Amino acid sequence: MPLLKVHKLTKSFGGLTAVLNVSMELKQGELVGLIGPNGAGKTTVFNLLTGVYVPTSGSIILNKAGAEQELQGLKPHRICKAGVARTFQNIRLFKDLTVFDNVRIAMHKNVRYGLLSSFLHLPSYHREEKRISEATMELLRIFKLDGKKDEYAKNLPYGEQRHLEIARALATNPSLLLLDEPAAGMNPAETAQLTELIKWIREKFNLTILLIEHDMSLVMKICERIYVLDYGILIAEGTPDEIRSNKRVIEAYLGEDVGDA
Amino acid sequence: MKKGILSAQFTRRLILVVLAYVIVQLLISVNIINDYLQATLTTICINIILAVSLNLITGFTGQFSLGHAGFMSIGAYTCALLILKDPTMPNFLLGTLLGSLLAALVGFLVGLPTLRLRGDYLAIATLGMAEIIRIMFINMDKITNGPRGLSGIPRFVNWTWLFIFTVGTVLLIRNFLRSSHGRACIAIREDEIAAEAMGINTTWYKVLAFVIGAFCAGIAGALYASYFYFIKPDLFGFLKSVDILVMVVLGGLGSISGSILAAILLAVISTLLQSFSEIRMILYALILIVIMIFRPQGLLGSKEISLSVFNRLGRLFAFEKEEK
Ligand SMILES: Nc1ncnc2c1ncn2[C@@H]1O[C@H](COP(=O)(O)OP(=O)(O)O)[C@@H](O)[C@H]1O
Ligand SMILES: [Mg+2]
Repeated sequence: MPLLKVHKLTKSFGGLTAVLNVSMELKQGELVGLIGPNGAGKTTVFNLLTGVYVPTSGSIILNKAGAEQELQGLKPHRICKAGVARTFQNIRLFKDLTVFDNVRIAMHKNVRYGLLSSFLHLPSYHREEKRISEATMELLRIFKLDGKKDEYAKNLPYGEQRHLEIARALATNPSLLLLDEPAAGMNPAETAQLTELIKWIREKFNLTILLIEHDMSLVMKICERIYVLDYGILIAEGTPDEIRSNKRVIEAYLGEDVGDA
Repeated sequence: MKKGILSAQFTRRLILVVLAYVIVQLLISVNIINDYLQATLTTICINIILAVSLNLITGFTGQFSLGHAGFMSIGAYTCALLILKDPTMPNFLLGTLLGSLLAALVGFLVGLPTLRLRGDYLAIATLGMAEIIRIMFINMDKITNGPRGLSGIPRFVNWTWLFIFTVGTVLLIRNFLRSSHGRACIAIREDEIAAEAMGINTTWYKVLAFVIGAFCAGIAGALYASYFYFIKPDLFGFLKSVDILVMVVLGGLGSISGSILAAILLAVISTLLQSFSEIRMILYALILIVIMIFRPQGLLGSKEISLSVFNRLGRLFAFEKEEK
């Protein structure tokens, strides 16, 4: 049973069909790439998977520990609770909050105290706050952001903002992680470092990852399988080697570097 | 190790708070704080409750509201009608509670459909809501005495009740904001889409902020009615809502101590300006404009003054003594 099963997903914006009949399957623990030229509909697929957009048609089924759950039509916070977390192509951190608070807020869905305890700071409040503070620090250490925990998110360098966004997504304790161009704007050294980090968190957090990326070297290096989207339609699916030599993919990219990885 | 309940910090704060209460009470009993100053004190306390609770909605959760006076009027009328009927202390407390709950209920009913709106649109919707409430009070002539309002409301509010309700609401809101639920509200202000994606039910938390804010405004209204003897619908119009918003913006969106500071400052300024009766409002507006030019983020921005300021002052004094 695949962890995620997307069946004939379609999204139209008025006259424009951004995604048409996209079907894909992600097995537990896989690291899969989603590539395609600009405007192909990759981010729209993410927005459909996370409930930012409601699909025009099609289904999204998440299968966690044998329990199937349909995600299409659910609100984003429900989908997050079901175990899907994401980062955004145009970083969407809580800019005016500290690095620490950015991650701590994402633990919200796992916090076990009620409103009464939040007003009166009952023992359950103190116990839980201690627990989530420690968990937050642990995540920040993994991303080497613990030294900057009191900085405002907006003051971090670009690369670290991207890292913080991944840390924040992990704080929601997901099974499926969606990364939208995590290496955008990074130099080759930073990209190499990010590559290692993605591999490492997949093992450590037992994740399944779907990755949108423009940097072909990164995609070809770490993805086990790749889906290629063009004008909202899946035109190819396969291992990096298969994709590299796929005629339709090369046509779609028309001159952009695909083989060069 | 037992922490939280009886930490040194907590004890120190408790002492400071009790001290503030006792000193003012003493000043009242020897009549240094006379009736006139007591009215100012009452205005300050009521404004603190109003500003802090609106700050929760607008400054912390980021939902622009121009209807706070509407919630206040529900508390005021409910409490006034109850104690006019049967002027007893339990009835005053019951009226305050009932008024606040009613205000919260209206906050909930209004919140659900309107919170889909954003920014200016939400401001207009909340403004409309407050106007509807005001017009309802005008038209329920038989119960509310229409535009003439209710007079001769028995006074149950004294410094003790003011103190309890003001410190109580500020503490509860402060505690809330330092919890995961409060941080969820702040996340909505920062980025609603990201907050949803991180598992925060943004609709629920926006409505919750409205409900808590409306509840506190209801308390402020009840205190107002049972101190100033007289209420009428026009006291709770658009201008009152703007007044409250001015305090919040002046103190700093997202700063509780800023709201408290602004509530005190504005009450003091308008008291001092009493003698310039004609140009009072012009001076008041000028002062506001000047402050906003030099501190566009509000007096305190989103920062908080903490009691550690006192600790530092204390250490400073201790240090000077040693040197002598
Ligand atoms: N909210 C929207 N309304 C209208 N059109 C949209 C919307 N979101 C995306 N699109 C369109 O859908 C297409 C795919 O966009 P997108 O998914 O962002 O592409 P990619 O991430 O692959 O670069 C584009 O033509 C874009 O203009
Ligand atoms: Mg995109």
